[in-house]
Amino acid sequence: MMNLALEIPYWGQSLLRVLGGIGAVLLPAGTIVYLFLFKMMSFMQSRLGPMEAGPFGSMQLLAEVGKWLQKEDIIPENADAKIYKIAPIIVLVSTFLLVVVVPFGPDAVFTNFSAGVFYALAIGSVSVIGILVAGWSSANKYSLLGGLRAAGQLIAYELPMVLAVVGVVIQAGSMNLQDIVVAQNSGSIFGWDGVGFPFVLTQFVGFLIFMIAVQAELTQVPFDMPIAESELVSGYMTEYSGFRFLIFFIGEFATAGVFAFIASVLFLGGWGIPFSWFGWESLDAVDNWMNIVGPIIMLTKMLVLTGIIMWVRFSYPRFREDQLQRFAWKVLIPLSLANIAVTAILKVAI
Amino acid sequence: MSSLFAADVNIAQNVGFYIIAAIMLFGALRVVTGRNVVHAALWLVVVLGGVASQYLLAAAEFVAISQVMVYIGAVMVLFLFGIMLTRATIGEESDLNNKNWSIGIPVALLLAGTLVWVIVDQYGGEVLTSPEEPMSTTAISDVFLREGLVPFLALSFVLLAAAIGAIVLARKD
Repeated sequence: MMNLALEIPYWGQSLLRVLGGIGAVLLPAGTIVYLFLFKMMSFMQSRLGPMEAGPFGSMQLLAEVGKWLQKEDIIPENADAKIYKIAPIIVLVSTFLLVVVVPFGPDAVFTNFSAGVFYALAIGSVSVIGILVAGWSSANKYSLLGGLRAAGQLIAYELPMVLAVVGVVIQAGSMNLQDIVVAQNSGSIFGWDGVGFPFVLTQFVGFLIFMIAVQAELTQVPFDMPIAESELVSGYMTEYSGFRFLIFFIGEFATAGVFAFIASVLFLGGWGIPFSWFGWESLDAVDNWMNIVGPIIMLTKMLVLTGIIMWVRFSYPRFREDQLQRFAWKVLIPLSLANIAVTAILKVAI
Repeated sequence: MSSLFAADVNIAQNVGFYIIAAIMLFGALRVVTGRNVVHAALWLVVVLGGVASQYLLAAAEFVAISQVMVYIGAVMVLFLFGIMLTRATIGEESDLNNKNWSIGIPVALLLAGTLVWVIVDQYGGEVLTSPEEPMSTTAISDVFLREGLVPFLALSFVLLAAAIGAIVLARKD
């Protein structure tokens, strides 16, 4: 058995956490853009996508980033310059703050909040402020409309997201993401512990609601009313160019990755493999090599989930604004409330 | 001053408290002196974020997260949403001051004075020891589903009544 029991000093741990945090945000963003936005979309539309830069166009991403960085940073004359400059940074920072609670292994955690899920949902709502002020400070009516639509949509879909998570919290008996991972991997299905007990089995409704809400929170098609290019040019991003647009762009796909991480922790067992395979009894008994394998498992699950998000994005037409609001308030929220009630009753009864 | 550097007091925590408090005071002043409504609202976000960080310093993790969720994520977003829906002017505005400010300031000072006096009178001599670890969410939920159950339910009914009232007021037909 491999043993990686190293003693890392505090400064080393902090350095690892900072580098890991940057990696955990930027690596998924780059992978999603290349794999799904460049390649999967192209194949679905019977074309090849970028092929020139690097083998199979794999260096295209660097070319794009280089292109954005050298563009002029244009600020409209009537814009509120200070806030206009800060807005994209608020969005990206909220993504970095979001990844902090995600556990990637038994010891590979940034921080171990006892109210981890709650923190993730709270920080997820901070980016709305960035989007709103981006729309307002651009001094452009398309931007303002886009910002307002985004805020209305994000408020509406945050509720079903929070309520969908409550089912998982009831079942795991904890808000700590690490505890939720352990609960899923040390569980058993009617005494058979071959695959642990991923909550997607009992919380399938919650999982569906969560993924739909994530799709809407990310303003991906079919929920892209805030940036609807045929009506609003590009919504709250209309006036942004150069590296500020790049920050919005990275923020969008990085948040997709981080939400997929959170969904895989909540519903698909997170970094863990069923503890019974190696006879681990608790979190402390898990071997150290899981700190290396765990992030790889998380990355795989993240790619599957973002693959689904992107697949839906490339397949469906856009919802109208009223359909979008009605769907959240009249379908998703009542359904998630019913899910909570059923979960709570079954939890007490069984 | 000596109590700030006593052996059982966490100095880093105290220094952090005063730094954040200074930022919060500055933000609060900017909220009322600013010439633009959206800027004032954004300074209010800074103040509320400061409150959340003070809770974190006091190891009240759950309260801090609730603060972010409720005040920054919901209340301030609705504030900004409302402002931008109704008056979205960019740049300085001149008619922001209310006529009643001369009454408002003494009332605010009186309120602040009373609160400070009450707190100093009650807890002035006490030194809080730094907690071993943050209060767990389970402990909090145990408290307000056992001893605090009646006030908790009463509050829920008040909120329900407010929600129903808002719907009744907003409905035209």
